[in-house]
This record gives sequence, C-alpha cells and structure tokens, in this order.
Amino acid sequence: MPHINLPDLPGIRGPMAFSPETAKPLNELAEILLRDDNSTLSRGERELIGTYVSSLNDCFFCQNVHGALAGHYLECDINAIDAVKKDYQSANISNKLKSLLSIAASVQKGGKNVTAYQIEKARSEGATDKEIHDTVLIAAAFCMYNRYVDGLATWAPQDRQFYVNRAPQRAEEGYIDFDLYK
Amino acid sequence: MAHIQVPEGVPGIRSLVMFRPETGKHLYELAQVLLRGESLLSEAERELIAAYVSSRNECMFCMSSHAAASRCLYGDERNIVDDVLNNVDHSRISNKLKALLHIAGKVQIRGKEVTEEDIAKARKEGAHDREIHDTVLIAATFSMFNRYVDGLASWTPTDPAAYEEMGKRMAKGYVMPTEVRMTESPEVGK
Repeated sequence: MPHINLPDLPGIRGPMAFSPETAKPLNELAEILLRDDNSTLSRGERELIGTYVSSLNDCFFCQNVHGALAGHYLECDINAIDAVKKDYQSANISNKLKSLLSIAASVQKGGKNVTAYQIEKARSEGATDKEIHDTVLIAAAFCMYNRYVDGLATWAPQDRQFYVNRAPQRAEEGYIDFDLYK
Repeated sequence: MAHIQVPEGVPGIRSLVMFRPETGKHLYELAQVLLRGESLLSEAERELIAAYVSSRNECMFCMSSHAAASRCLYGDERNIVDDVLNNVDHSRISNKLKALLHIAGKVQIRGKEVTEEDIAKARKEGAHDREIHDTVLIAATFSMFNRYVDGLASWTPTDPAAYEEMGKRMAKGYVMPTEVRMTESPEVGK
C-alpha cells in the first residue's frame, strides 16, 4: 500500500494524478529526453539507459515499463533486455552504447563517480558532447523517477508480461499526450 | 573543467541548461513548481530540504546555492539553515520538519529506504499527505540535480559571496538563464 493516499494507479501514475502540477514538467522532461526525434541516440538506446539505471536502483516498476519499451524499439524480447541489465559488457550492443552505460552506472552511484577516463573512452567510441550530456541527464532523471516511485511505496503489476503487452501502445502515445487513467 | 563544452565562466546547472535549453526549461519549471508553487511547506523550508539532500550527496554547488536561497527566505531566522546542515536533531526546527528531513534523507539513499514508521512519525507530528509527497519529490529531484551538476563536472565557484548573490536571485524564483542575462549576471565575471 502506498505511504500516502494516492489515486489507485500503478507506479508513477498514482503520484502524477495526485500532483498534476509537478507531473507536467516530469512528463515533458521524459518526452524530450527519451522520445524527441532530434537526438542521435535512438529511442531504444535511451530507454535502455533508463532501464539499466532503474535496475541498479532496484525499481521494479520503472525497469519493467522502460525495459519493455526498450525491447519494443530495439525489436528484442525481455530476455535480451535482462541480459543487458545483468552484464552489458557482454551484450550485443555497440561499444559506444557500452561506454555510455558505464557513465550512466557511475552517475547512479553519485555524480562525482564519473571520471575523465570514462568520458574520453566514450568520445573515442564516437560519442558527442550532446550524447554524453543526455546520458548523464537520463541517468540522473531516473535516479529521481525511481525514488519518487519507491519513496512513496507505489504498487506495480507483478506480471512482467503486462508491461511487454502495453509497450506498443505506450510507445505510440508517448509521455505527454496520454490518459493517466488508461 | 566540465566534461563537455559548456559556456565558460557560468557556474553549475546554469551552464548545463544553456548547453541544452530544450531539457533545461523543463528542469527549471520543475524547480519553480516544487520550490515556489503552492505548498503547505514554506519556500524557506523547501529550500532547506533541497540543501539538506544536496549536502548528503556532497554536491557543493547545489548545497551552497540552495542553502543561500533558504537563508535569504528565512530572513531573521537565517541561522536555522546552518544549524540544520550541521545537525538536524539538535537544530531549532519543528519536530514535523525534522521528521520530513528524515524522510528526505532516506529518499536520498534509495526510495525503498522510506519505512511505514518514518511516515507514521511525520504524520504524528502533523504532516499531511501533501507535505510528505512534496518532501519525497524534492528529495528525489535533488538526487537528479546533484548528479547532473557533478556528473558533468560543471564549474563550482568557491567564493561564498557568489552564492549569496545566487541565493537572492533564486529566492525570487527560477527563470531560465539566457545569453543576454549571462553577460549582465554578476557571477559571470569570475
């Protein structure tokens, strides 16, 4: 049961319905960070960064929502996403994305953990300043979303297939134009 | 030096949102709504929660600037801010605010650290759902801002006077920096 009296919705939807004034910038931030077409990181790659950070933060709701979205965009099943969470270095992803996931993991621990070496490594794999910026901000933003969801003890559907089934619809509607109650 | 090419001589998050205003505008709107919008917590109290979480995350820029904003908003009671940052339990704030800061400290570690007992304690001291919600979201939001500012190694001024100026400006509200304002801004000269 959530710590406070929230509308009966799963995960972040409860607190968002409780506090629409703060939900607006939270959703707008997610939309530009994860879905904006003016990015050289694909939607799948960006969702994967969010998923990985959410798994490091042990946030069940966020890692399943965003893991299912990453799987949808990258056209792979949830087992492949789980493999990335478990050991991204051995996963079938680009070296650039691996270097960005390494930066995201450091951000999750604390901003100061990001080293000049990690940044150089990402650059040598072809990452631009904007990609490095967006990786750091996606990782930081999920450290916020995860804490919002778990800090209020929101509930989440336990069947992981639920998230996979909903991913195509969620990918289509995005983070701004959607009905919290559907 | 920052990890990426941000405007020189601009401190902390301001340099980052000038690098990427498309995301910056939503971050500023979030800060404005959370810290200046309608709430049962005073603006000074909300800035104090922000400074406290930033202090626990060892983010010097956010801690110094939000502590300065909180001092400015507390006015004659400005010493409260340093008392709390030194030791919450020994400070002169209300038991309700102590209980909320305790929750914020738990959120800073990880969301799941917040227990039913923590919530019950805050309720017993008179905290409403709305205040608990706002506390959790402020703590979560600063867990983001702190990582953003330090994860990109943005410039952290060391002169306390620079933060006092920032605090006065922040007390009036959060407005996105622009190129024009940059040249007029007092802290830009270094």
